[in-house]
Amino acid sequence: MTVALSGKEIASQIEEKFPGSVIESSQESLVVKTDSLLPVAAYLKDTDNLKFDYLNYITAVDYYSYFEVVYQLTSLEHNHTVVIKTRCHGRENLSVPSVTGLWQGADFQEREIYDLMGIKFEGHPNMKRILLWEGFQGHPLRKDYL
Amino acid sequence: MEVSSDREYIYSSTELDRYEGQVIEELKASSQESIPDPDEWLDEELKRNILLTTVDAVINWARRSSPWTVICFPACCGIEVMGVSGPRFDLPRFGMDILRASPRQADLMITAGTLTWKMAPNVRRVYNQMAEPKWVIAMGACAISGGIFASSYSVVPGWNKIIPVDVYVPGCPPRPEALIHGIRMLQRKIARTPVVPDLPQLFTER
Repeated sequence: MTVALSGKEIASQIEEKFPGSVIESSQESLVVKTDSLLPVAAYLKDTDNLKFDYLNYITAVDYYSYFEVVYQLTSLEHNHTVVIKTRCHGRENLSVPSVTGLWQGADFQEREIYDLMGIKFEGHPNMKRILLWEGFQGHPLRKDYL
Repeated sequence: MEVSSDREYIYSSTELDRYEGQVIEELKASSQESIPDPDEWLDEELKRNILLTTVDAVINWARRSSPWTVICFPACCGIEVMGVSGPRFDLPRFGMDILRASPRQADLMITAGTLTWKMAPNVRRVYNQMAEPKWVIAMGACAISGGIFASSYSVVPGWNKIIPVDVYVPGCPPRPEALIHGIRMLQRKIARTPVVPDLPQLFTER
């Protein structure tokens, strides 16, 4: 069975490489700064003892005061998995770096999050709505959407 | 097991070849005359078998007996349609054997499922591409009124906002029996449709 790695242990490994990039960590997950998301993701993908070569999913949560973007990564080689998160504050002009360069599977999911939550993914090759039509007003999965 | 000589296995014996030749010779000898087609009855049968009926009755009988369905099932009621078209509920007994992939060869649209606004222009196009005469059965709660998604930001509240609907079949999803009942209702409706328009009516205001 796939082993869920401890967020705390991975967080300490990341902290050694990128000091100050982890905001908080728990048994289940770790939260990284938006600015250092891309180097951390590349590090998780390419480091020998981690090798997270597969992106299970990306999703986003609206916590009113901030949005959280959630990534679950799996290593098919080592058969282990981890959840990393990043936060963006405010309601307008939100942006998170795109991970399509690392995992192609992120393409449609980042577009879906942009469509329904209104978070832009910087560096995405085709950042536009995917489910709703062009010209739709608002982002319907936000808590304040009525 | 050791096979001694493979040639003995792949060639038939001479006796068998001779027997085959004999059969061919006999058939050839007995088949020199062409078989006659006894068609003398054609003239008198025609005389005896002319029926008088109305144009409406014949054309409507033809139309209602094979309403081919276009494949346009956007959601879960489509699974129910597949069940109905299977052997247990046996849709083919209504002449609906073929779920037609091309709208140009279909007469009937069974609107099995939720319609979103993003899909709506395509459904309108499929409907417009169907050849007249054409009918629509609204199947399930979503097709009738939007169902539980009626107040959603992305769902069309009822297919009759997009295309004209003839028969409404409620349910979520409807039982196969309910869909078959709806098809029977549609057949009764087709049976009553005037085929030839009443000419003076064309020029009066409706």
